[in-house]
Amino acid sequence: MSFDLSLLRDSGISWLDASGPESGIVLSTRVRLARNLQGLPFTIRTREDDRAAILEQVLGAGNASKHLEQATLYRLDELEPADRQLMHERHLVSKELAGLEGDRGLKTSAAVLTNGELGVMINEEDHLRLQCLRSGFALADAYNELERLDIDLGAALPFAFHPEFGYLTSCPTNAGTGLRASVLIHLPGLVLTKEIAKVLQGLSQVGLTFRGLYGEGSEVVGNFFQLSNQTTLGKSEDELLDHLGKIVRQVIAYETQAREVLRRDAAMVIADKVWRAYGLLRYARSLSFEETMNLLSGVRLGVGLNLITDLSVYTLNKLLVFTQPAHLELFEGKALTAQDLSISRASYVRRELEADAARGSQ
Amino acid sequence: MQCDNCKEREAAVHLTQIVDNSVTTLHLCPQCAAEKGVQTSANVAKFPLSDFLASMGQGVGAHLAPDDSSETCDFCGATLKDFRETGRLGCPHCYDTFESHLRDRLRRLHGSSHHVGEVYLTSEPAGTNLQEREIGEMRKRLKTAIETEHVELAAELRDQLRALE
Repeated sequence: MSFDLSLLRDSGISWLDASGPESGIVLSTRVRLARNLQGLPFTIRTREDDRAAILEQVLGAGNASKHLEQATLYRLDELEPADRQLMHERHLVSKELAGLEGDRGLKTSAAVLTNGELGVMINEEDHLRLQCLRSGFALADAYNELERLDIDLGAALPFAFHPEFGYLTSCPTNAGTGLRASVLIHLPGLVLTKEIAKVLQGLSQVGLTFRGLYGEGSEVVGNFFQLSNQTTLGKSEDELLDHLGKIVRQVIAYETQAREVLRRDAAMVIADKVWRAYGLLRYARSLSFEETMNLLSGVRLGVGLNLITDLSVYTLNKLLVFTQPAHLELFEGKALTAQDLSISRASYVRRELEADAARGSQ
Repeated sequence: MQCDNCKEREAAVHLTQIVDNSVTTLHLCPQCAAEKGVQTSANVAKFPLSDFLASMGQGVGAHLAPDDSSETCDFCGATLKDFRETGRLGCPHCYDTFESHLRDRLRRLHGSSHHVGEVYLTSEPAGTNLQEREIGEMRKRLKTAIETEHVELAAELRDQLRALE
């Protein structure tokens, strides 16, 4: 099977274009709905022929939906490991669907039908995981689009639904609405002013949770946090989204305040930190992924504080995604050792920053 | 790993505390942990209340369901034990098979077991026996809720039934 991400709208990275609301602080918004088909076991107990049947049914319904007219099907089970990794790095599929989760491995008929922003993962932990990705802070937009797709698919497919428990999911933590909304947010101000622990503790008290850049189980790097709802049952979709939205707005306000404090009380220290980060990214010859994330965080803060004025947030967003291993290997056209990855990463970052600076001075 | 307290025995309890925004992790052996009053699932499980009462001859345990971890879903063959081990259910029917366990579990996880969001409507026209079936099921549930003295749930179900009828 051919593997071509250029078939997707903006190669599947339109959510990185920094066009959405609050995109200086919020990178992206993702909303997903978990759904399963009646009359079949959940994925964990499916056989190969069950999964083939699920794929066929979902494809039939997906292809008939006008919301997925421009979508492309990617069969993960027919892709090379590097390509699956690439799709995961681009946030198009989960680690589990890509078969990169250590113990579980790749499933036959694991697939995603997506246009880059809106799509459905098939044979994930649940038969269907509908998801919508948007640039910036755009919960309502993302959910509205997703809801329309849910209605189309639900009219064509028999979803498992229980009058008391709602939509039934493989893991009870997703039952009810099946809705998980997450906002990827950059909080260097709160980290530097050491207020972050309070904020994160507060989240769990209001039914929210946080994760790293790459979802469940991933570590927090570069001061990027994914804030999402913890519960999915007992509240309506709108209530869940409203609640998350309110808290995120509050966190954005705290972050803005923290940045003000930094600007007022530690201007020189911050300016030095920001420009050192920029200098390293611009001229270093070898960069690890974690170091790159942390330096990008510093530079992004510099852009937010107007210390760096001619660098686009889009370039910074792109660097977050394109400096990951599978992306670098794609550019180099070969597998790379850890050392070569660091060299390749530094050279990619240098080129992009130079190009952005050249565009800025034109 | 050595116990941080006695520096002799192997640490088995890892205690992470957040005090004034700073995170500290203590690695303790079971004895030192017990001395410091740290409750772990290990030392709590040694004194389950039902065992204690049973040994007092109260026979409280007799009213409780027997160990039902081998209870099996007719549709997919998953057992309650499978669920406890993987955290995943086998199929949609498991929600009926393990209903009472799940209701408790869902309440603990979400603070409620009652879905109030979007309702999935199949392509069947309204007013078919789907709704009747739903009402029938809710009546059954209401009865169980009253019998098991789940007052809140019973009230909720009663209101929903009224709305449906």
